[in-house]
Amino acid sequence: MSTILDVQGLTTVFKTHDGDVKAVNDLSFSIRAGEALGVVGESGSGKSQTFLAIMGLLASNGYSTGSAKLKGQELIGLSTRELNKVRGLKMSMIFQDPMTSLNPYMRISKQLSEVLVQHKGMSEKEARAKALDMLDLVRIPEARKRFDMYPHEFSGGMRQRVMIAMALLCEPELLIADEPTTALDVTVQAQILDLLGDLKREMNTAIVMITHDLGVVAGICDHVQVMYAGRIIESAPVNDLFGNPQHPYTAGLLASSPRLDVVNGDEKLVTIAGQPPNLQRLPAGCSFAPRCPHAFDRCRAELPLLRKTEDGTAEDTHVKACHLEDHKGLAA
Amino acid sequence: MLGFTLKRLLGAIPTLFIIVTLSFFLIRTAPGGPFDKERSVPPEVAANLNAVYHLDEPLWMQYGRYLGDVIQGDFGPSFQYRDFTVTELIFRGFPVSLTLGGSAIFLALIIGTTLGTLAALKQNSKLDYAVMATAMTGITIPNFVMAPLLTLVFGVYLRWLPVGGWEQGWDQVVLPVIALALPQIAYIARLTRGSMIEVLRSNFVRTARAKGIPERIMITRHALKAGILPVVSYLGPASAAVITGSVVIEQIFSIPGIGRYFVQGALNRDYTLVMGVVIFYGSLIILFNLLVDLVYGLLDPKVRMQ
Repeated sequence: MSTILDVQGLTTVFKTHDGDVKAVNDLSFSIRAGEALGVVGESGSGKSQTFLAIMGLLASNGYSTGSAKLKGQELIGLSTRELNKVRGLKMSMIFQDPMTSLNPYMRISKQLSEVLVQHKGMSEKEARAKALDMLDLVRIPEARKRFDMYPHEFSGGMRQRVMIAMALLCEPELLIADEPTTALDVTVQAQILDLLGDLKREMNTAIVMITHDLGVVAGICDHVQVMYAGRIIESAPVNDLFGNPQHPYTAGLLASSPRLDVVNGDEKLVTIAGQPPNLQRLPAGCSFAPRCPHAFDRCRAELPLLRKTEDGTAEDTHVKACHLEDHKGLAA
Repeated sequence: MLGFTLKRLLGAIPTLFIIVTLSFFLIRTAPGGPFDKERSVPPEVAANLNAVYHLDEPLWMQYGRYLGDVIQGDFGPSFQYRDFTVTELIFRGFPVSLTLGGSAIFLALIIGTTLGTLAALKQNSKLDYAVMATAMTGITIPNFVMAPLLTLVFGVYLRWLPVGGWEQGWDQVVLPVIALALPQIAYIARLTRGSMIEVLRSNFVRTARAKGIPERIMITRHALKAGILPVVSYLGPASAAVITGSVVIEQIFSIPGIGRYFVQGALNRDYTLVMGVVIFYGSLIILFNLLVDLVYGLLDPKVRMQ
């Protein structure tokens, strides 16, 4: 399978009054055609900023270095004009909050058709026809009737469907979904995830699913990378990661997701003790060491690099950034 | 839409009634009267005049009579300009005031929103600071200071433009329009900057960028419509400000608009003229606020629904 996105040494820095904040720290990974990559981590782990950097959508005080190639084309350092020839056409992004992500002053039809007019040079009429087809494809009921409505006349779930339709209009190679279901009701979440899963199969679009919800990852992703303090700390095929987490942080994350099928003794939710590190003053060694129950001296002194674990299968590899010996049963 | 408009127009009636009542009694409490001149007229002539204009009747009777006339659309004759009714004077002055005020608002809108948008796009740059500092100055200097200053510099020292008058050439329009527009440009620029900064950070602008919409189209098609909403709401008060501002400006530049009749009417105790102008201005401001609300509805689909 060919590589769609190849990221090497991506670093994102925000300039603030209190000094520079390194939100993404020397990140390298790749996504292949038709693959669904889950990116997991808690708030501030840099999972969203990684992909905003790739899309060229960082806040004005942020900048990035390193390399991110979309089918061989370098994206980091591209001018806005050049980026606009890629965004919406070859890669798209949908966001966490569908209530505010659509323009409240513009008809849905126009918000969709302008993408096609811009990238495909279609006439307004052609673009409208194609946009309407796309609304049908994302299963908006009575799409024709709703086509010329405004966003406030749509429910949250329907707005997210519109966002998905808008992102897929030009059949991009890569769809980045930044917590697309976080703001939605649970039942609607499931529908949106089903839709994304179906579209991935039908259109063979590579999907990045940024989330802190491990259930979402399990349902739709092929591969998962776990981020902590701006770095990838573990990356594995989804079954390996869930079945055999190798990094103590991943194990902690899995243990702290509430489960209905397992009743633990005192009915309390499991948490990871402590706080994520301050990104302006990262520890010298492993960023997770201060919270890690298994940390030893080397962890606090030396930054662990990503390395293969024994459990890595031939095709997909399971890597972790941890000094601990590989072992089974870390989750327990 | 039609129902809304009718409702608002009906709602204007009590407002206008209060305006008529208040201004009637206010102008009457001012000392002196329309026929007090340096050279006093013989008492029998004065008595005759007062009788003709019903000034000898009790105040409440005069008020009732005036109210009845106004309801029929009759503002009565002017005390000072004896050959004209107040209505005639207003309609002679109004086109002039409308040209002056309309041009000033138009200029303020174009320049104000452009400057505000540029400042927002280049937030915290030198351009931004320059625009904001100039705007602050523009707001703090009242137009009765600004107008003579402009006249002095461009009319007297540089001799580029005439210092006053009207209807003898386009160049007479320039200075009064600028003097009237400057504080509005300043205010609208600040307003636009503030709201555009917020809009440019909003999620839907991020979406437009993520779609690959070029920056220029993104600003004009997506951001500006949202960014301009506060400016539209401000146009109601702005119209009032321009009307009161033009009273001063018309006096300074000797422009034969309604503003001058207003000042002259007040000084001469020309009761009917002052009343007529007050009611006319009042109706204009009410009408303008209604128009602003209708335009707001056109821009914001959420408002339109309600």
